[in-house]
Amino acid sequence: MTVVAPNPAKVLSEETLVRERTPLHLALDFCRRKPLGTLGLVIVLVIMAAGICADWIAPFDPEENDFNAMMQAPSLVHLFGTDQFGRDIFSRLVFGARTAMLVGFGSAVGGGLIGLVLGVASAYFGGWFDLVFQRVLDVLMAFPLIILALAVVSVFGTGVFNVMIAITIPLIPRCGRVVRASALAVREVPYVDAARALGFGHARIILRHMVPNVVAPFLILLSAFVGQAILAEAGLSYLGLGVQEPVAAWGLMLQGSAEDYATTAPWIAIFPGLAIVFTVLGISLFGDALRDAIDPKLRDR
Amino acid sequence: MYVRTGLWAAGLGLAVAIAAGSAGAQTPKRGGTLTYVIPADAPPSFDGHRETTYATVHAAAPYYSVLIRVPPDNPASTTEFVCDLCTEMPTPTDGGKTYTFKIREGVKFHDGSKLTAQDVATSWNYIVFPPKGVSSARVSYYEMVDKVEAPDDTTVVFHLKRATNAFLPALADPYTWIYKKEILEKDPHWFEKNIMGSGPFKFVSYEVGQSIKGVRNPDYYHKGQPYLDAIVGIFADKQSVRVDALRADRAAIEFRGLPPSARDQLVKEAGADIVVQDSDWNCGNILTPNHKKKPFDDVRVRRALALAIDQWKGAPALAKIANVRTVGGIVFPGSPLAATKEELQQMAGYWPDIEKSRAEARRLLKEAGVEGLKFELLNRNVDQPYKFVGTWAIGEWKKIGLNVEQKVVPTGPWFSNMRAGTFDVVLEANCASVVNPLLDTGKYLPAKVYPENYGQFDDDKSVELYEKMQTEIDPKKQRDDMRAFEKHTLDTMVHEIVLPYWYRIILERSYVKGWKISPSHYLNQDLANIWLDK
Repeated sequence: MTVVAPNPAKVLSEETLVRERTPLHLALDFCRRKPLGTLGLVIVLVIMAAGICADWIAPFDPEENDFNAMMQAPSLVHLFGTDQFGRDIFSRLVFGARTAMLVGFGSAVGGGLIGLVLGVASAYFGGWFDLVFQRVLDVLMAFPLIILALAVVSVFGTGVFNVMIAITIPLIPRCGRVVRASALAVREVPYVDAARALGFGHARIILRHMVPNVVAPFLILLSAFVGQAILAEAGLSYLGLGVQEPVAAWGLMLQGSAEDYATTAPWIAIFPGLAIVFTVLGISLFGDALRDAIDPKLRDR
Repeated sequence: MYVRTGLWAAGLGLAVAIAAGSAGAQTPKRGGTLTYVIPADAPPSFDGHRETTYATVHAAAPYYSVLIRVPPDNPASTTEFVCDLCTEMPTPTDGGKTYTFKIREGVKFHDGSKLTAQDVATSWNYIVFPPKGVSSARVSYYEMVDKVEAPDDTTVVFHLKRATNAFLPALADPYTWIYKKEILEKDPHWFEKNIMGSGPFKFVSYEVGQSIKGVRNPDYYHKGQPYLDAIVGIFADKQSVRVDALRADRAAIEFRGLPPSARDQLVKEAGADIVVQDSDWNCGNILTPNHKKKPFDDVRVRRALALAIDQWKGAPALAKIANVRTVGGIVFPGSPLAATKEELQQMAGYWPDIEKSRAEARRLLKEAGVEGLKFELLNRNVDQPYKFVGTWAIGEWKKIGLNVEQKVVPTGPWFSNMRAGTFDVVLEANCASVVNPLLDTGKYLPAKVYPENYGQFDDDKSVELYEKMQTEIDPKKQRDDMRAFEKHTLDTMVHEIVLPYWYRIILERSYVKGWKISPSHYLNQDLANIWLDK
């Protein structure tokens, strides 16, 4: 049997290549390989920018009634028309992006982080803790997200902060379950044993050694959660249990009166509907591409 | 004012005359089932004595009789009352303090038992003097009643403490159903969950949150009525569902009232198949600041809240999107006791110059040290018109720098928050049945006198002014007393802020005949005179 020694020049060039893959290169590579994901990212960034810069972008106060401009069709003055209170729909959409992003990212990050820590802890400790914790998750996951969120809102009441809590709680078990599966594999690797042997505490092992190694599935989940949270917020507001008037929120803009004016002033419903569709589509496309990019099994697909 | 009232009355009379004429031209047809939508998820109970919501009266009124009522063919009348269970309207004796009613003979409850004056007197005693543990929502309406008795099986006598022209309208309240004495005395709560009366329809079934069904009572005492074979009330709290039901002819009528947008849409789509009846509504939203919560204990702050709202511009604009329309004070604008526009404009919240009004509001807030005040407006989870009016008010307050968050809750928590006083400012409503300003304005009294006032204030001056008005029988002096009470309530103390009165728009399929609109969604709901032209 002949053993061929590796070509040092070739190894060097690959190492150099790897070293030269800066975040910019990675981003460009992502864009080249995943054009739909890139489109999704662009949509998300635009929506985020709109939310952050709403005070400068919106031409009108989103909450100011103008009875001289009730239900005006889209025009140069009011790009997306006005609603039944004469409020500029474009301005409300831009400020609604802020609400959507606040609730979407806030709930997703909150639910995701709590789920991450609990899921890893459940896998790490195992035994009775794992058994009981997983049954609790089973119970929580038996309820569809929106139903559980409705139950939480009925307890805490409406408003942006309470809606965030209501959506965060159902996301915790969804994250915890997936992360636990990944953490179970990590628990068995030697460096965790080594950390235990060195006498590190549970918190340090979980947070410093296990959590970083389940970040990949966590990030993928997180991207999906943002979309789910935005949809849930819109759903709750549509049902009258989310954010309340006159706060600008997309689901709220679709609620009640938009139905009444579906035929006479359809722009009241169309634009917030489109905003929800494009945002969730953008997040889904980006999340899908991110999964492909991060997951080693799917990386070359 | 009198010119305006005269015109209003003339217009109303003309409309009624035209309606009556056109109805009179057709002979009612017997048969058919009326399906109607009830804009609620479910009534809190079926006990009319206890409840104040249309959800109860729309669901259960067809199964009960009352002593007297507004004329079913002219329910808009504010002065005319006719017998239901009595045989003729009595002439008061004893200086206007005694009313003796003769009760119809041969009237049967739906269980076949005979209805007598004992049942009528017992029901009224439970309404006026509820025993401990029994809830009666209208006790304050009948504070003038001293005693109700039935000396024999066909006579009921009401003895009053004093003569008052507020008594007969109060007696015609549509919730004062006559229950069977035997059941009432055995279990006064029985009627909360059961229905058994002597009305034009017999109760058949109730599916919680879905429907309530009844069939014709063949023993009904108004000859020839009811015309329908059966009725089905469908509970649908969502407006779009009700509009769709009317559009698709799955329901023939909705009795509470729909907004202008629904009217325009259905009339455009269905043309002559949809008929519209509309009327001013003895119902309006009120903003009630919680006097026990700072800074609303300060009259300057309450006054600023009132001064910020542009009623004169807001009312016509809101009328395009919500079922509200007329600016008014504490009295229904169509009544002779109501304030004129000029009188209203003297009070906080009605000033003709809104910029001056808002400047004064800002000054008062600054003086009270609460510029940029942030608070919560408690509102009911009902679109029309609560959420529209709430959103409008918040927009108006924003113009003087107030930062208000709206907290919308279902009807149950809305009531419990108001009763517990756990709110900053609440958007509530004052809805009455028969237009009876002397009693309707009781809502503005402190809770120690009128338990359904949620402002958490005490005000002896207010009670004094109200009582003076009650005992005055000269119409002009009574009107002056009403102005004094109104000015004290809305301007001096700003206990409440009255927002534009509602406007009632009823849509019905064109084959529905016989039913006439009134200024109240509680009135004329026994459905005995409805027939279907199919």
